[in-house]
Amino acid sequence: MRDNMHLMTQMTPWARRLGFRITRIERAQVWGVQPWSDAFSGDPDTGVIHGGVITSFLDNLSGMACGAALEQFRAVATLDLRIDYMRPADQGRDIIGEAHCYNLTRTIAFTHAWAYHESRDKVIATASAAFAINKIRAPSSAGSF
Amino acid sequence: MDPFSNLVARLSRMGMVKSLGMRVEQDQTGLIAVLPFHNDLIGNFTIQALHGGAIGAFLELTAMAEVILKTEGGVQPKTINLTIDYLRQGRAKDLHARAYITKLGRRIASVRAEAWQDNESEPVAALTAHFLIGTEEAADEGRTADP
Repeated sequence: MRDNMHLMTQMTPWARRLGFRITRIERAQVWGVQPWSDAFSGDPDTGVIHGGVITSFLDNLSGMACGAALEQFRAVATLDLRIDYMRPADQGRDIIGEAHCYNLTRTIAFTHAWAYHESRDKVIATASAAFAINKIRAPSSAGSF
Repeated sequence: MDPFSNLVARLSRMGMVKSLGMRVEQDQTGLIAVLPFHNDLIGNFTIQALHGGAIGAFLELTAMAEVILKTEGGVQPKTINLTIDYLRQGRAKDLHARAYITKLGRRIASVRAEAWQDNESEPVAALTAHFLIGTEEAADEGRTADP
């Protein structure tokens, strides 16, 4: 399943709208890139990208890192997500994201994620999150958790 | 311009507000943000659930809007950090949110916000966030020294 995970952002409308894509997947780790766009500015005076883009990007990558850590496909749902903003993203530059699922229990997956332009030494934002690993259910009841 | 019109004007210049398709309204209790449902907000096709990132972005903007309103548009709040609790699945319908300022300090604002769909007492997600609201000098200090 790790082989076709990059297709998942294509199948996620909000991810497609923001335009981010997956660039690399390893066991329990996912990398992606969020291209710059002034459609997502958050500060009318400076044009700096809105944090909501980073929230969406890192949430998505973190969920995928859980997928990349699991032996078999399971749906995961974000329980909570914390983002710390270290510095504003530079205008006009792509943002690189990286997420690691660093611990798995039977029901919960824990993740760390980073957003940066060049390297993790100069990070734009960090995220930590917990995900509930949904039980395998019959498709008819897949909507509830 | 009154503070509310000023806020609406300011939000209309933020690309993210337009990309989400959100708007703000006022009722007797205060500011209320509305995110009308559209297909781009979906995060999971199979179960028709809203994307957690879209919900998070909406809550962050709601909290920012409340800060802009309360400070009468004098500052552009900069997010320091935020935590989002996802409490229920966001379904394929409109989302509403309200923010409460816990503390409006000289440089930092602490804000809570909640989003719901059918019933305000059954929130879909809750946010806690800190914003820098000081001057540029104060803002620079805040990034490196204690807030």
